[in-house]
Amino acid sequence: MRFLLDAEQREFAASLDAMLTAADTPSVVRDWSRGDHARGRALWRRIAEAGVFALAVPEAYEGLGQHPVELALAFVELGRHAVPGPLVETVTAATLLTEPGPAKRLLPALAAGETMATVARDHGYALDGEAAGIHLSLTAEGLRLAPGHGPVRPSLDPARRLTPLDPGGELLATGPPLAPALLLARLTTAAQALGVGLALLDRTVTHVKRRTQFGVPIGSFQTVRHQLADARIALEFARPLLLGAALTMTAEDVAAAKVTACEAAYRTARTALQLHGAIGYTAEYDLSLWLTKARALRTAWGSPDECRDTVLSGGRRW
Amino acid sequence: MDLAFTQEDEAFRAEARSWLHAHVPTSPLPSLETEEGFAAHRAWEAELAADRWSVVNWPTAYGGRDAGIVRWLVFEEEYYAAGAPGRVNQNGISLLAPTLFDHGTQEQRDRVLPSMATGRTVWAQAWSEPEAGSDLASLRAKGVRTEGGWMLSGQKTWSSRAAFADRAFGLFRTDPDTPKPHQGLTYLMFDLRAPGVTVRPIRRLDGKPAFAELFLDEVFVPDEDVIGEPGRGWRIAMSTAGNERGLMLRSPGRFLAAADRLHTLWQSLGSPGATRSRVADALIGARAYQLFTYAAASRFLEGETLGPESSLNKVFWSEYDIALTETALDLLGEEGELADTDWSERYVFSLAGPIYAGTNEIQRDIIAERLLGLPKGRR
Repeated sequence: MRFLLDAEQREFAASLDAMLTAADTPSVVRDWSRGDHARGRALWRRIAEAGVFALAVPEAYEGLGQHPVELALAFVELGRHAVPGPLVETVTAATLLTEPGPAKRLLPALAAGETMATVARDHGYALDGEAAGIHLSLTAEGLRLAPGHGPVRPSLDPARRLTPLDPGGELLATGPPLAPALLLARLTTAAQALGVGLALLDRTVTHVKRRTQFGVPIGSFQTVRHQLADARIALEFARPLLLGAALTMTAEDVAAAKVTACEAAYRTARTALQLHGAIGYTAEYDLSLWLTKARALRTAWGSPDECRDTVLSGGRRW
Repeated sequence: MDLAFTQEDEAFRAEARSWLHAHVPTSPLPSLETEEGFAAHRAWEAELAADRWSVVNWPTAYGGRDAGIVRWLVFEEEYYAAGAPGRVNQNGISLLAPTLFDHGTQEQRDRVLPSMATGRTVWAQAWSEPEAGSDLASLRAKGVRTEGGWMLSGQKTWSSRAAFADRAFGLFRTDPDTPKPHQGLTYLMFDLRAPGVTVRPIRRLDGKPAFAELFLDEVFVPDEDVIGEPGRGWRIAMSTAGNERGLMLRSPGRFLAAADRLHTLWQSLGSPGATRSRVADALIGARAYQLFTYAAASRFLEGETLGPESSLNKVFWSEYDIALTETALDLLGEEGELADTDWSERYVFSLAGPIYAGTNEIQRDIIAERLLGLPKGRR
């Protein structure tokens, strides 16, 4: 038992962080929110070059094989930098495409970052359908390659654009591996949420050190300090759940990580908004990029209730 | 990174499980906060010690198994899963013993540790004083130099287990003229039945004497009972605080077992929807705490010190414990009011968590300053 990242894993996360820090993601997000995907696609290619999407694609299809721990680490960084796009959906698609024919045809482009995939459950929304090149719909008959998408509907998070998928299209598989795909979707959403929460905390700590009231930094007020301490506690206890879930990939562990990371991020978002005051309530200030995402991720790929139900239905206890 | 235990760890787990299966009392012992329960728990410590299960992480020379922190975690998981009794000598084992391993003399370790391992000597802590609370630098109980030792006078309070314990350890001001208040303190051990000691039990919320006030009037302590250098007690006390001790104060095994029992209780009552998310959160919290501890133990084994991280841990488990036991009492409804059940005993015990070992407000200040780098504030 050595529940600790090794040097290579830490280095992978750190190099991704450095690359994303240099990429000026806030302006990429703002472009994306207006439907301008050019810079987002360029960033997507660099994320692929770092190996992120390949971590979900089997070696036979030009990937690296599935590596949930490294994927989780990568998604924490993607969340920390508010990277836009159907990130979770792309790795989820890689898990759904197991039939050799479609896999051979579609997966290499996903691993290389040449295109993005999005996925809609039943008649739900697919994220960023107008940016994605591969539209997968999960229907009663199985997995279909949808011919296109319907009108774009805005999300509470301006960087997330919700699109219904057109009915019909090629049937890719009659019994796609739904359970493993849902696990990976939840795991990467949890990781992204944790990253969002960490960014919110970080930015808020910086803010309360600078912002003064009554002649002192507001970060010296105990009520402010204690709210941030609580946010830190919530995030720090979500992290081991996330990494543990990436190791075991059991439904209960992944659901526990999802609900905990998303709740911690959401709670941190509320604290961040409160401690920033009115400026945090504006769209023009960058904090909003993370605030709205924390809300959206909370229900993406499994609401808190659904995840808690999964935990309760687990037969094996830890 | 992995969660797999070695074959040896698994063999250790199996051995612990089978021993516990054969020895854990079939009906719960009386509350350890009563005279009768204290004696029963002391006898249980002796039974554990007879087969070297009372202090598994200690060296074999002192009655342990040299098990290391991972196997300690494994043992604790099995211990609480088996429904074994609470540990009456927790203060000695988790607070005094690590200090003696780090700062005691060979003679002190040889003299003090074996009888602690068997429960023959049960230890109380004597940190707190009236007016002091978490601010140990304001301690006033004093030690005055005398031939061959020190004379202790003053008052200690909130001394857990002291109503029935044998000995106590704590800090005393032995030099009143130091420039800083946390200097001039000496860490020492004393006998609760020595001449000059008066123990006044204090009843906690449910009426049980879970702690006591200690009045000391020229109590002689020989030099051999001073831990480390006189005047350096603060540093000695702090050097083990937040480290291994921070990990071992509350084992994840305890919460995993409690969450499982809560889940079973909930199911036995027909899985009522109103408490659904609270029960789920109890299961999730236990898993989070287990994995957080595994991560901390792994870092500890790599030689890292844990320091202020133990403040995250303390706030988490203390609030978690209350939420869990509150949920159980709410589920039990009218039955939950009864004072003589395991759950109500557990509930009363849990209420103290955010108050002792440094209040949660103090812990949050530590997190704010030392982990988040926020400016010092007015408390």
